[in-house]
Amino acid sequence: MPIAHLLSNKRRLWKFHGGIHVPDEKALSNACAIESIPLPERLVIPLQQHIGAPARPLIKAGDRVLKGQMIAAPSGFISAPVHASSSGTVVAIEPRPIAHPSGLSGVCAIIEPDGADTWAELPPPLPDYPQLDPEQVRERIRWAGVVGMGGAAFPSAVKLSPAIERNIQTLVINGAECEPYITCDDRLMRERAPHILEGVRIMHHLLGVAEVLIGIEDNKPQAIAAMQQALADTDMQAYTHVVSIPTLYPSGGEKQLIHILTGKEVPTNGIPAQIGIVCQNVGTAAAVADAVLVGRPLISRVITVTGRAIEQPRNLEVPVGTTTEDLIAYCGGYQEPPRKLVCGGPMMGFELKQPSVPVTKSTNCLLALTAAESPDPGPSLACIRCGRCAEACPAKLLPQQMYWYARSKDLDRIQDYNLFDCIECGCCAQVCPSHIPLVQYYRYAKTEIWAREQERKKSELARARHAAKQARLERQEKERQARLRQQKAALEAKKPGDGEGADPKKAAIEAARQRAAAKKAAAQTEGP
Amino acid sequence: MKSTIVSSPHVPRANRVDQIMLQVLLALVPGVAAMIWFFGWGVLINVVLAVTFAVLAEATVVLLRGRRPWPAVGDLSAVVTAVLFAISVPPTLPWWLTLLGILFAIVLVKQLYGGMGYNPFNPAMAAYVFLLISYPVAMTTWLAPSMLAEHGFTFMESLRAILTGALPPGLDWDAVSSATPLDEMRGKLDLDMTIEEIRQSPLWGSFGGRGWEWVGNWFLLGGVYLLWRRVITWHIPVSMLTGLLVSAGVFWLIDPQTHPFPAFHLFSGAAILGAFFIATDPVTACTTKRGQVIFGALIGVTVYVIRSWGGYPDAIAFAVLLMNIAAPTIDYYTQPRVFGHGGERG
Repeated sequence: MPIAHLLSNKRRLWKFHGGIHVPDEKALSNACAIESIPLPERLVIPLQQHIGAPARPLIKAGDRVLKGQMIAAPSGFISAPVHASSSGTVVAIEPRPIAHPSGLSGVCAIIEPDGADTWAELPPPLPDYPQLDPEQVRERIRWAGVVGMGGAAFPSAVKLSPAIERNIQTLVINGAECEPYITCDDRLMRERAPHILEGVRIMHHLLGVAEVLIGIEDNKPQAIAAMQQALADTDMQAYTHVVSIPTLYPSGGEKQLIHILTGKEVPTNGIPAQIGIVCQNVGTAAAVADAVLVGRPLISRVITVTGRAIEQPRNLEVPVGTTTEDLIAYCGGYQEPPRKLVCGGPMMGFELKQPSVPVTKSTNCLLALTAAESPDPGPSLACIRCGRCAEACPAKLLPQQMYWYARSKDLDRIQDYNLFDCIECGCCAQVCPSHIPLVQYYRYAKTEIWAREQERKKSELARARHAAKQARLERQEKERQARLRQQKAALEAKKPGDGEGADPKKAAIEAARQRAAAKKAAAQTEGP
Repeated sequence: MKSTIVSSPHVPRANRVDQIMLQVLLALVPGVAAMIWFFGWGVLINVVLAVTFAVLAEATVVLLRGRRPWPAVGDLSAVVTAVLFAISVPPTLPWWLTLLGILFAIVLVKQLYGGMGYNPFNPAMAAYVFLLISYPVAMTTWLAPSMLAEHGFTFMESLRAILTGALPPGLDWDAVSSATPLDEMRGKLDLDMTIEEIRQSPLWGSFGGRGWEWVGNWFLLGGVYLLWRRVITWHIPVSMLTGLLVSAGVFWLIDPQTHPFPAFHLFSGAAILGAFFIATDPVTACTTKRGQVIFGALIGVTVYVIRSWGGYPDAIAFAVLLMNIAAPTIDYYTQPRVFGHGGERG
């Protein structure tokens, strides 16, 4: 029944403010099926790959590890373990350059694979999870080290165990992939749709939601078709909808996607759970299915290696810890010297300062951009207040005003203009005719405010300490005074007894004097 | 790889200031051509003189400020200011007044406030007002439109008039100049004539002054081009013209014999030019969308008030400058509701 089919697909969609159309460049790599990459000679596995408390290393240099063996354990609730992505020997545990916007280093386990790829003993699959205690299933996801694979790397088990008072009604699955160039989620949906849906089913079970909405941008018709086909083969149709959304950057932003699909706005400074929604990426869903149904930890992910400087753009299934250098070599090296290497998409990704950094659980794309693709924007001119940035801003901010206050370091005023609602999507900077690096100004202002906040906390602490010390000294002084007063009072209390000759010393002296006087008198009477 | 690190986004930028300015200049072409057609070569000579003075003044001040003149002059904003100024002044304005006006606009109003992007007032309009107040006669001596003129100026005659102030032999200023439609309307209304009587004069065309009305149409064409290319949005022009039309309409409905019909206001003076090219100057206008609607509407109403009861027949420049003062305040009170701040729907 085509009409009913059409009607069932005609969901109401909402539009977020602004957004921009950028050439999606997905054709470079979206025809390349996911391939596995041969094991590299060295795996560099960062021990911190998630948002939250760092993981605690469980191994030391010289140890032999098996594939899937936990090499770092979570510390705290918001944390995630790390597993070895192949079997081999731990050569070292030391700081190495990692994918970080400021080019920082992080502690990594360097593993020399033995080539055998021997699995450690894995926990049993849990195919009967609907009958199990949900806590047991969450514990499995937590054990597997699943984190948000769309980029934020927030531990998934935490997001799947919402507080009881938060009534979660909707699970939003993010397959929008709105960043240009990136095609890893597109390929994953085309090739592994049933597996993704298995993960969705598990998350649906854990959250007990009424509805699951899978949002995919309409520039990926094959992914949409594959997901719809796979959905038709399941019993999930009653509550799951694959929704084609208009292609408009940044529709894959969590807040934007939720707004498009539900019309709800995530409150400022809030999380989706506050409005009854949990949002997970399609890659995360697949990782959840791996953890629960196969018993396999998250040790590899699909990553797009693309850009016009790359000889052969590809979508690769890559063990965590493979370096970007290995990836580029596998893709045939460079066609021409790249202007820059970018980790992540071109809109929000950051330029890599070192050519060789390890792939983590949340690395979705490696871009080698030519100078023509990513031209130097040149020196920025003065802001002419044209307001194109405000028209493009998906958060409905006034970027031109925020820029003004960021430049003048007016950190209070810039917060009045809701700096912290900025999601750093880069729309404003892309449309700015003066080529001002606006996002950079906002990052700067945010860090300045955080630093100031920390300074204030520190000085408040110092002040509190000082006040406590003053109070303590005062108290001690008072106590001393009180003690002295007490002693004095005790003495005063004894004084009235003096008249009775109660003092034995005085009495003894008096007695001695009387004795001496008597002796003297006796001597005089006995005299010649 | 180069060592400089460029912040995200890593994609080509969509716009450039000089390209935006170039679009504005392109959009001005039909209107300026119409002005040349109706008012002679003097218009073109003024444009060329003004642009030359403006570029030289801008480059000099930027050099004095210790910066390289190229990017500053290359953004074409001084050229736009110069053209807007040149087409606002009478076509035979002495060259030194053009120079004075341009120096005022570029050096005082623009560069001394910090240059491109920092000037609170529209430079072209500030210079126009400065000259209008200081040299009222020279600034109101307009030639008659070509169809009404007994003597059409040749290129050389225009040039001579501008450079030396000399008119072709046998002519004096009274013979070649003509009241602008706004002047004419004001003067006659002050003489207690009815609109019907006033419109008997051959000065009047189908909806405004003859000649003048068509200039407005050609500027409108340029304005539509700017809207189409998204150089400007509808908010300021539409709200400004609506403000003007509504004010004019209300009084016209009250008494059509003493208040000119709304279309007269629309197609006289610089209403269209002002709505699409002057009030929309991004640097000096409001930047929030709601603010722009208020900004535009207030300009429209102010134009009507000054035209009807003020001391000058046309009022675009005064109204724009007045609202330039108000723009930051309007912006402050019209901030959009930010995503996630209350309300379920955006």
